[in-house]
Amino acid sequence: MAASLRQLRRRIRSTRSTKKIFSAQELIAGARIVRAQNRVEASKPYAREITKVLSALASSASLDHPLLTERDKPGRVAVLVITSDRGFAGSYNVNVLRRTEELLALLRSEGKDPVLYVVGRKGETYYRFRDRPMVDTWTGFSEQPGYSDAQAVGSTLIDAFTAGEDDDAGNADGVDGVDELHIVYTEFRSLLSQVPVAKRMAPLEVEEVEEFEHEREDATAGSRSTDVPTSYEFEPSAEALLDALLPKYISTRIYAAMLESAASESASRRRAMKSASDNAEELAKNLSRQANAARQAGITQEISEIVGGADALVSSGSDI
Amino acid sequence: MATLQVELVAVERRIWSGEATMVIARTTEGELGVLPGHAPLLGELAPGGVVTIRVADGEDLVVAAHGGFLSVTEQGVSILAETAEISTEIDVERAREALRRAESASDDDEDALAAARRAQSRLRAAGQAA
Repeated sequence: MAASLRQLRRRIRSTRSTKKIFSAQELIAGARIVRAQNRVEASKPYAREITKVLSALASSASLDHPLLTERDKPGRVAVLVITSDRGFAGSYNVNVLRRTEELLALLRSEGKDPVLYVVGRKGETYYRFRDRPMVDTWTGFSEQPGYSDAQAVGSTLIDAFTAGEDDDAGNADGVDGVDELHIVYTEFRSLLSQVPVAKRMAPLEVEEVEEFEHEREDATAGSRSTDVPTSYEFEPSAEALLDALLPKYISTRIYAAMLESAASESASRRRAMKSASDNAEELAKNLSRQANAARQAGITQEISEIVGGADALVSSGSDI
Repeated sequence: MATLQVELVAVERRIWSGEATMVIARTTEGELGVLPGHAPLLGELAPGGVVTIRVADGEDLVVAAHGGFLSVTEQGVSILAETAEISTEIDVERAREALRRAESASDDDEDALAAARRAQSRLRAAGQAA
């Protein structure tokens, strides 16, 4: 009994110390969510402006840019998966990867050949373990992505996409390109709900800016809200501007996806760490109950042994 | 006096926004000044460019903007840049160092060329000879 009491105490100690680690992780993740949300907010003005500029261009320029036109026979298509670098985030990575598998199955059923581009160490390990080829991977920034990271990813993907233009016509440049770009990331809806989503980035449809325009109208309400579409002058030509702007737009979208994913990652991690530390607390409580019972049983046994011994002595007639 | 509503936004954050009397920028086509009432315009800023914002009640704001666009509408002027730095925030020593490093790299290295341009525009914005 005494040995088991010692074991119980040891387990209580170790449970308590892991609980400390969990709750520290929980606090860190909590702080990171706030920071990640601030970054999402801070990136919105640019996204808003670039979308406005693009829709202005789209109404003026002829839209036969390669990034905007559907290819006749899409063959290889790129899928960019955004996962986290570290685990301890509950079902965050599992959900993204499951969504990716669904997308891959869908693309295959459409007769396309999906190839993987992976952000985050967890995704990388997942596919490497399963011996699935990845074209390119990026790691080391999943919790705090910078725009330069998004740019690196974006330029690789756009290069691949541009190289894919001539694949049907005998692949003149000898580079295996892709005909579509897809992205799988986790959308941050709220602290409690993060949803993995798959979207097509290219060929792209410029997302409508109506919600932004409403905001703008509210801001300038009464003063000079003119709904007449403005006719712009372009410097250089509208086509050249579109050429320069579209790759940046894609990088911006990737950056936004990374920021959302970072916020989701921290939120998942905080939730996972919260339940882990709650469970650890529960376990420690149960264990200390058992330890108390064991200690009490030990004492009771000792007393009954002493009493029994004394009785035996008395009945044998010797002096105590 | 009429003023322009100017928004200067970089990808990661909004850098500056406020009233200005004039915006001077260089697009790929040439130098350009925007006064209140300017016709709507979309322009691509020249690489390594410097944008000057003449603030309505204060000094000129000189900004090093990289990879940017200029959009003039009736509502005001928006300057979109991949990265942008206000001259007072620029670390001249670091920019010089970056320029030296970029120039010592091989000539046909695109990354180095871009880095050199960025460093040059930072220095120009800070009022130093590049």
